[in-house]
Amino acid sequence: MRLRSILDFPLVTADEPVVYVLVKRFDLIVNILRAQILPDRGGELLVDLEGPDSALEEGLAYLRGLGVGISPVSRTVTHDADRCVACGGCVSLCPGKALAMGEPDWLLRFDPDRCVACGLCAKACPTRSFRTLW
Amino acid sequence: MPITKTIEEINARIRAGSAVVLTAEEVARMGETASPAEIAARVDVVTTATFGPMCSSGAFINFGHTTPGLRMEEITLNDVPVYGGVAAVDGYIGATSVRPGDPEYGGGHVIEDLAAGRPLRLRARGRGTDCYPGREVDTWITKDTVNEIFLFNPRNAYQNYGVAVNSSARTLHTYMGTLLGRLGNASYATSGELSPLLNDPDLRTIGLGTRIFLCGAEGYVAWPGTQFHTSRERNEHGVPVLPGATLAVVGDLKEMSTEYLRAAVFEKYGVSLFVGIGIPIPVLDEDLARRVSIRNEQIETTVFDYGTPGHDALGRTNYARLRAGELELDGRRIPCSAQSSLSRARRIAEELGRRIRAGAFTLSAPVMAFPTGTSLRRCPDPAAAPAAAPLGGAK
Ligand code: SF4
Ligand code: SF4
Repeated sequence: MRLRSILDFPLVTADEPVVYVLVKRFDLIVNILRAQILPDRGGELLVDLEGPDSALEEGLAYLRGLGVGISPVSRTVTHDADRCVACGGCVSLCPGKALAMGEPDWLLRFDPDRCVACGLCAKACPTRSFRTLW
Repeated sequence: MPITKTIEEINARIRAGSAVVLTAEEVARMGETASPAEIAARVDVVTTATFGPMCSSGAFINFGHTTPGLRMEEITLNDVPVYGGVAAVDGYIGATSVRPGDPEYGGGHVIEDLAAGRPLRLRARGRGTDCYPGREVDTWITKDTVNEIFLFNPRNAYQNYGVAVNSSARTLHTYMGTLLGRLGNASYATSGELSPLLNDPDLRTIGLGTRIFLCGAEGYVAWPGTQFHTSRERNEHGVPVLPGATLAVVGDLKEMSTEYLRAAVFEKYGVSLFVGIGIPIPVLDEDLARRVSIRNEQIETTVFDYGTPGHDALGRTNYARLRAGELELDGRRIPCSAQSSLSRARRIAEELGRRIRAGAFTLSAPVMAFPTGTSLRRCPDPAAAPAAAPLGGAK
């Protein structure tokens, strides 16, 4: 299975070759979509982790053991369909093509699996219908 | 004999429950096979609609008098400045007014909160006069405590609007939404073949006093809207390819619903208001039948580059292509999306149709036609401005 997650690294993990270990020891496919280091707060990595369920579980346990926070993207960006007026303002901005609109109803469709948690939609939405967990 | 009908005849049919009412999208599909003569014979009313952010919107409020009397000069509602330069307890809250220091709350929110029936904090100050000795009030109001509150929007329902792109290197935050640099996306703003003034481009049936659907209430066209421009270049289907006519509209906010009226926040630009408008167009003859059956691919608009100081025009496209989600420019395919909600516009067109079929909404003939041949002026350059008036004017 594949899991798209935001990994939050505490500063103390800076010396641990995390990605290398995930690949080498747990045989996971790691696709880094975004990486950033925040001063004083450690680092943040947006990744797709892919592999057999058991290996994925062990890899996640290893990460938790290091104190790494794991938030699946499907839970970091949420869309409130009741607030949304389906204007479309967010659709063409989305780099992950996670947002779409069209016939028959022209309502917004949000596919969390394609979301790369960039936050562009949340900033652009005039009705403030997206919530982000950061 | 070519068909002609009068508004009175159509209203008689509406009252008898026999009027044929279609949405502008339905009649556009019908027009693919039926001739204008057939459409004029079969259809009485076509409902058009739009739901988009319209900055030139606001509401007049009469707060009711205080004890002791106060001439309200500086007024705020939930800390958002309200214009008080009218009579003692009258004010005007404009959609783009913002709470100082808080770009996330402004006039659009005040108007939405009032329509929703929520209480708002009213604070007002005056200098104290012989007839209005009071100097200050700090209280709470709702739409039920005030005497009148009516939306009066100086410019709504733009007849067509340009598509915005951005060729510069940085992201721009505009009233057309976020425009990614290097032509990263495109943004457009009308409901195309459903849009009111594109279905009656010569304003034959829309003028002063035309009864409309305004944010759920019955409203009226009050005047030609500001920046009313009826001399724009038109394409072979008779519609302007640039922003043309506009409408000033009025209606009772107490009767409005937040389903059709919503605050809008544009990042680093400000606050605005989503306004939902529906306009019924009587199919009086073949000419109007042809107009209301216009299709998205026949409605063209101009692409403007907001990344250049003069917003250079880059070319033309049509609404069928915009709806397909991609704009072609210099061989590049640019993802595009709207700022105005087609799903809400459809809901309005259908709701207006239901009211007409139920006999609850009849059509009104304009009491004054709007001017033709108008164009836009620019604000005078300081060097070219007329000399200051010697008496009383600006110093
Ligand atoms: S920008 Fe906001 S209101 Fe508009 S479609 Fe996207 S989520 Fe909905
Ligand atoms: S956060 Fe970014 S990738 Fe996710 S839906 Fe919003 S715009 Fe698309």
